[in-house]
Amino acid sequence: MTAPALPRLYPARMRPRDVLRVGGVGLRTRPVRAFLSALGIAIGIAAMIAVVGISSSSRAELDRTLAALGTNLLTVTPGRTMFGGDAQLPVESVDMIARIAPVEQVSAIGKVDGAKVYRSDRIPAAQTNGLAVYAARLDLPATVGAKLRAGTWLNAATERYPAVVIGADTATRLGIGAVGPDTQIMVGGRRFTVVGVLEPVPLAPELDAAVLVGWPAAADRLAFDGHPTTVYTRSVESAVTAVQGVLAATANPAAPNEVDVSRPSDALQAKQAANQAFTGLLLGLGAVALLVGGVGVANTMVISVLERRAEIGLRRSLGATRGQIRVQFLAESLLLSALGGAGGVLLGIAVTSAYAAYQGWPTVVPAWAMLGGLACTLAIGGLAGLYPAIRASRLSPTEALATP
Amino acid sequence: MIALDGVTKVYSGGVTALDGVSLAVGAGEMAAIVGPSGSGKSTMLHIVGTLDRPTTGSVRIAGYDVAALSDRQLSALRAARVGFVFQQFHLAAGVSALDNVADGLLYGGLGLGERRRRAAAALDRVGLAHRMDHEPHELSGGERQRVAIARAVVGNPPLLLADEPTGNLDSASGAGIMTLLRELHAAGTTVVIITHDREIAAELPRQVQMRDGKVVADSAAVVEAATAEPDAFPIGVGGRAR
Ligand SMILES: Nc1ncnc2c1ncn2[C@@H]1O[C@H](COP(=O)(O)OP(=O)(O)OP(=O)(O)O)[C@@H](O)[C@H]1O
Ligand SMILES: [Mg+2]
Repeated sequence: MTAPALPRLYPARMRPRDVLRVGGVGLRTRPVRAFLSALGIAIGIAAMIAVVGISSSSRAELDRTLAALGTNLLTVTPGRTMFGGDAQLPVESVDMIARIAPVEQVSAIGKVDGAKVYRSDRIPAAQTNGLAVYAARLDLPATVGAKLRAGTWLNAATERYPAVVIGADTATRLGIGAVGPDTQIMVGGRRFTVVGVLEPVPLAPELDAAVLVGWPAAADRLAFDGHPTTVYTRSVESAVTAVQGVLAATANPAAPNEVDVSRPSDALQAKQAANQAFTGLLLGLGAVALLVGGVGVANTMVISVLERRAEIGLRRSLGATRGQIRVQFLAESLLLSALGGAGGVLLGIAVTSAYAAYQGWPTVVPAWAMLGGLACTLAIGGLAGLYPAIRASRLSPTEALATP
Repeated sequence: MIALDGVTKVYSGGVTALDGVSLAVGAGEMAAIVGPSGSGKSTMLHIVGTLDRPTTGSVRIAGYDVAALSDRQLSALRAARVGFVFQQFHLAAGVSALDNVADGLLYGGLGLGERRRRAAAALDRVGLAHRMDHEPHELSGGERQRVAIARAVVGNPPLLLADEPTGNLDSASGAGIMTLLRELHAAGTTVVIITHDREIAAELPRQVQMRDGKVVADSAAVVEAATAEPDAFPIGVGGRAR
């Protein structure tokens, strides 16, 4: 039986387009099942994209806020004495700080100890409300970037009168909406007229729950001792760090270690960083959802292979190699998860946009998150499809064909 | 075309489905395989079609020694040289007749357009030019089997194997299918048909009778050698389109 030289047999390569077509057979014939298992992946990806997107959007909002507020505000507050008591800033510290060359603006508030605030004189004295009374310099709003929601800021006249400007939280707690000559509150047992209400001040949140009285009025009417409790400074942007280094010694040359210096914009960023940790946790939850979605795809693929044994046998009889059967089911799994991934990215972007719009933030979904999400789904699709695909390719053609 | 020599097939459960079968079918022959249920007809057809390997014995198909070929090479052999027709048709649901037939060329390396063009020609050949867009559930049993035959022959394989192609059909449709297979035979294709129908078998040029895994009767007086045949056949999927 010596045959003449026969041509060598080699299977033809499948074109990428045909691989896609064949991989899409299961999706086309069972669209509902394909949709549901892709949905599992989509939910996982959407959760992760939304978490990253919302966190990035809030980050972008903070950057926008800081760009508007400036990061050159430094505050000086009294710390603790060596013996653990409350320290004080010298009365002249504000003027001394103003003499630092790169410092462009200075202002201060001084806490008026023991002054209680009530909406009216009918409220029992025991009912305190945690509102603090401060003496405030006229240049305070310009320095901290505070804006008025209603009324006006104190002026050279009203800073001597029983007039107050209240913070945003104070207004809410006291139930004050509009201001007028007859809007009066009790401060330290005396009647003060509310002339203005501030917007929330992101860089000086202590002002939100404050009642601000003019510096001279506080001294005259509320027995204010004249010691500032917070000095606010704005410096040339490039010299902020240098100013930060000398502020303590300038404010209180006798005891620089009893002075605390901080940069409120750093505090905002630190708060953001704390939120990032929470974001990590949510991201983990999203990853778990994604994993569950992957298991769903694997399950769908296993069932698909079981149901389509006859088809596999037929394809083998038509000349499909084991590799081509494997590729078919891998392609199906990848298509399934890629569809889920793409849907999930879109869903994630939609959720992010909706939430950002609701919060008034800019919408930011980083490209790395979208690409990473898609890469994730492809990896999961590959993993989920691998075992079913290998099983399909190992089926003996005759047994596969014998399946009813 | 087909040369089996001392072929046995023992299934893992210990069933001896084929017990020393030697059979030669020459190029361009048409043969019926008959025998009682369980006699090993399908098993033999699968081995001839290289869907399964024998436990012992040698198998040569179109000149190739099956034992010497890898699984990939056997796939290539099936893609280009063997067409199968099954009792259950095995058509893909929800896919048009045209695309079902075009799938017969999927593993031959042709582009989709060319596959469809040839599929249309094959459907025309089996008399279903007017049913190309119909899906399997919109076709009668006889029409479905015609689609399956078109799929089997769309690549012009020199060897066509049919396992009870008329088993699920009434006698009129069955007769139509047999006419079609005879036409293919007349055009030069080697056709091997398993059938339970004595009349159908009697009409074919050659009958091979099986029982208990053995060939017990063969109407062919002279068994031709199957060795020198491959040269007589075109290789590849092109060639004999009408
Ligand atoms: N995969 C398998 N595993 C074990 N035994 C099998 C397998 N396939 C077939 N058999 C056994 O091998 C024998 C021959 O089966 P085969 O299918 O070849 O018969 P057949 O002649 O085609 O019968 P029928 O006319 O009913 O189709 C039977 O006894 C059958 O039970
Ligand atoms: Mg059988």
